[in-house]
Amino acid sequence: MADNGMEPKIVAFLCNWCTFTAADLAGTSRLKYEPNVRIIKVMCSSRVDPVFILKALLDGADGVLIGGCAPGDCHYSKGNFYARRKVALAKKLAESMGLDSKRIRLSWIPASEGPLFARVVNEFTESIKQLGDNPTKREVYI
Amino acid sequence: MRESKPKIGVYVCHCGTNISGKVDVEAVSSYASTLPHVEVARNFKFMCSNPGQQLVIDDIKEKGLNRVVVASCSPRMHEKTFRKACQTAGINPYYFQMACIREHVSWVTEDPEQATQKAKDLVRGAVARVAHHQQLASRVVDINPNVLVIGGGIAGMQAALDIADGGKKVFLVEKEPTIGGNMSKFDKTFPTLDCAACISTPKLVAVGQHENIELMTYSEVADVSGFVGNFKVKIRKKPRYVDADKCTGCGLCTEKCPSKVLSEFDHGLAYRKAIYSPFPQAVPNTRVIDAEHCIYFQKNRCRACEKFCEAEAIDFDQKEEIVEINVGSVIVATGFETFDPTPLTQYGFGRYPEVYTSIQFERINNATGPTSGEIVTKDGKKPEAVAIIHCVGSRDQNHQKYCSRVCCMYSMKFAHLVREKTGAEVYEFYIDIRSPGKGYEEFYNRLQEEGTHFIRGKVSQVTDIVDSPEDEGKLVVVAEDTLAHKVRRIPVDMVVLSVGLKPASGIEDIARMVGISVDSDGWINELHPKLGPLATPSDGIFVAGCCQGPKDIPDSVAQGQGAAGEALSLISRGKLEIEAAVSTIDPERCMGCRQCEEVCFYGAISYNPVLNVCEVNEAICKGCGNCAATCPNKAIELRHFNNDEILAEMEGLMFAPVDTERNFNEKAA
Repeated sequence: MADNGMEPKIVAFLCNWCTFTAADLAGTSRLKYEPNVRIIKVMCSSRVDPVFILKALLDGADGVLIGGCAPGDCHYSKGNFYARRKVALAKKLAESMGLDSKRIRLSWIPASEGPLFARVVNEFTESIKQLGDNPTKREVYI
Repeated sequence: MRESKPKIGVYVCHCGTNISGKVDVEAVSSYASTLPHVEVARNFKFMCSNPGQQLVIDDIKEKGLNRVVVASCSPRMHEKTFRKACQTAGINPYYFQMACIREHVSWVTEDPEQATQKAKDLVRGAVARVAHHQQLASRVVDINPNVLVIGGGIAGMQAALDIADGGKKVFLVEKEPTIGGNMSKFDKTFPTLDCAACISTPKLVAVGQHENIELMTYSEVADVSGFVGNFKVKIRKKPRYVDADKCTGCGLCTEKCPSKVLSEFDHGLAYRKAIYSPFPQAVPNTRVIDAEHCIYFQKNRCRACEKFCEAEAIDFDQKEEIVEINVGSVIVATGFETFDPTPLTQYGFGRYPEVYTSIQFERINNATGPTSGEIVTKDGKKPEAVAIIHCVGSRDQNHQKYCSRVCCMYSMKFAHLVREKTGAEVYEFYIDIRSPGKGYEEFYNRLQEEGTHFIRGKVSQVTDIVDSPEDEGKLVVVAEDTLAHKVRRIPVDMVVLSVGLKPASGIEDIARMVGISVDSDGWINELHPKLGPLATPSDGIFVAGCCQGPKDIPDSVAQGQGAAGEALSLISRGKLEIEAAVSTIDPERCMGCRQCEEVCFYGAISYNPVLNVCEVNEAICKGCGNCAATCPNKAIELRHFNNDEILAEMEGLMFAPVDTERNFNEKAA
């Protein structure tokens, strides 16, 4: 683990039916994971507007995690696929603004996969630590 | 809606020591009291307990709070509990927000200091969000008490009868000219050997005569729109060319008709006329003209039926009709078809005349069938030996992987009937005998005692090649007897293929129309395989019988009754509460680009060409928010998850509270 003493700020938009439930399950299973993720519940990952992702990054979040249902399991049948498109768009826009698109991650985590949620959080936190601080914290945009 | 200035109460739960063991709840609540708009912040041992809830209720009443944040377990646990408490105290239940500091903080974080910090952040996010919450009211719509049943087999008939007996109107749609379905083709039913006609014909008559059932035979569902409680259905009535009001069912027309066609009802074993009724007990007993084989329609001459019909019921000018009906719920009971064994060429179906499918053999056994119930070969001889081959098309990786459930039992029923009627030797070639059910295993034992030969092995070939003198004039069934470890060659006079069940054709169209899905085998997906066997993910759409998977008659009847119960339960509610957290479109901002309409999975959004805007049908909207995130003009607001609320929560999670204050004041101004 990159121990640069950094405590990144990570915002997570999790869908109510799968990934948020998986996060609950990680809790009830008492799985310990990195404490940097702050969870926001949405009903479906397709609710996550690319604007939310970019605003989080421009406001200084070091990473944004989006969690949806596994393909075929979406509560709204195909919302997770729409989320994938929106995240792809947000990544392109982030790149164009000089932000590393690795700061955005979409993961499909089924409700029964508490351990997977913990693993994704740990991996993502680790990768953000390697990327370091969000540059918008230091720079001023006109 | 202009919202009042927020006065927020924050309540931090200890959850015994589940939270307080890791998170410094005192620190969190005293931090919360410094946040903007927070009037009061407390911590308590168990917020979900009665005294905990009372704390919230008392504060709302005494301190005039209009927003509540509880930091405790997951909202999936207790959001409803606290919403109810808010309602009890007299504020809108949507003025509540929960911060999950147990599942997402205390249980998953090692370090108490970091856990406390995370809890503070989550509380700050919740406080920022709740300030933006709006009053929402659930809407209520009326439920239309009429029910549509698709499919007039035993499951559909039973469902229709139960609903009609309950005093509600039923539209029963059947694509064939008569109701009765597959069951009316059978002779006896296992394991009790009741005569199928004796138990089903009274049902047919009861359905035909019931004042609450509107029977629509020879009709198909063309379109279904709307939502639970308010479906609009279009039904295509195919022309019978016979006036149902005038036809007396005398059958003279059938007698005089010169055109002969292979009967679908007898599965090609007998002929019917071009004007016909599928079987003598058909309901309704109105004849139907098969235009494809009618000499008048094909060659423009004949009209013999018209000449002889005393009731003047023949009407060659009838046209296809589209009938529109309104119903509140739909029961899908489209049933099954049998597997076509032609691709399994090793069994010789279609090549050797004495190879039959099981449904054909049912017709041979039936008194109204091609042989009037006599078991005879096509030459009219009594068979001396009969082979019954199990699992034809079922439990087969190349065809249908599943077990069709009924084949073992009906095969044994055939064995019994053959022995009873002809005294012939019967050989059952099986993989495994599956006889779970009341009295089923006993029936198997009875068959063994009756002297039926059970040979465990899959048949490799049915052939007419003569290998020894006793094969002469016979069909030889070749199989490996896996219990005796040798290959058996058994000469027989008749071969019955116990074909599996598959979903009735057209099931995909119906599933698509009512907004449900089918599995990889084509059967309809129920809501839950164990706890929701009759409901579907589409509210107000229920399933019954074999369209959901292969089943026997008792199970189909039970499902028919169950689905009727579901429909009646829905009707007796009278009104339906619709979720408040749905999308709305601001017509001032909408530019009519229709992207939202495209991304909506439920067809809840429609375009209004007059105003050039899109509109949401709140009763159909499930509140996923895909449209809100898609709208380029941000004209769509998903209530309770709107941009202000989500962004406020996001900012709250990340920053100290200055920004939140400013944002709110800007918005209120």
